[in-house]
Amino acid sequence: MSELPVWADWVISFFIVLGASFAFIGSLGLLRLPDFMARLHAPTKNTTLGVGGIIIGSILYFSITDALSLHELLIAIFLFLTAPISAHLLAKAGLHLELKLTEQTQDLRKKPEQYSDRDD
Amino acid sequence: MTKLIPAPWWSIFLLVFWLLLQNKVSVGVTVLGVILAVIIPLYTLRAREYRTTLHHPLLALQYFFILLGDIIVSNFNIAAIILRPRKSIQPALIEYPLDITGTVPITVLASTISLTPGTISAELGRDGRSILIHGLNVSDPDATVRQIKQRYERRLKEIFQC
Repeated sequence: MSELPVWADWVISFFIVLGASFAFIGSLGLLRLPDFMARLHAPTKNTTLGVGGIIIGSILYFSITDALSLHELLIAIFLFLTAPISAHLLAKAGLHLELKLTEQTQDLRKKPEQYSDRDD
Repeated sequence: MTKLIPAPWWSIFLLVFWLLLQNKVSVGVTVLGVILAVIIPLYTLRAREYRTTLHHPLLALQYFFILLGDIIVSNFNIAAIILRPRKSIQPALIEYPLDITGTVPITVLASTISLTPGTISAELGRDGRSILIHGLNVSDPDATVRQIKQRYERRLKEIFQC
């Protein structure tokens, strides 16, 4: 462990604050957006940059003070793999339960009689 | 060679994964990683009933960087929408007709849709030929569909040749 130079201090703080702000905005989105489906957008997208910023800060800090450290990237890989899938499943559950959507929503889904695999 | 390493990309991924997990590169760690990267695909191959070949690794890399850029842009977009006044968004449920086939390419496309600006994949169509997309702020549904086709699906079609 060695002392952190001043420029590195600034760069690392920038990334950590950036990540924290996005994580905060994502949580705020959960509160502010109008319906279930819209609320899903906030955590799936904003956590990626939120966690991403903090990961970059962590990589820089440990690479500068100690030896090169990249295993934080694993967190990013897992997040990219799992975030869309959990969002997809939540959306599926929301559709299944026919949760109410806001009035502004344009519903462009096919009607049952338009399905291509109807057997009549 | 193909008998010993049935899924080369998967083996490379496992090796890189192992090295990241160990957080250092030394001879011993690398040798153990190579052994694992050969044994794990051999052992689990029977469980994989689908086969996907990566036809253009370079295009896949390019796709990855395009996606990374779009994820950053989408983060700023959503942040702006959240911080704006409440009633100004126009969500939509859109059915997106699929051109590509195969489990893996469709999964990649659905994940891409969820990670990129303003759209989430919600459901695979009953016949497997369409994805239901929820858009957070869509003024022109046709333009959204066209953009996904142009930007992502065309590239995936080339990468996986499906």
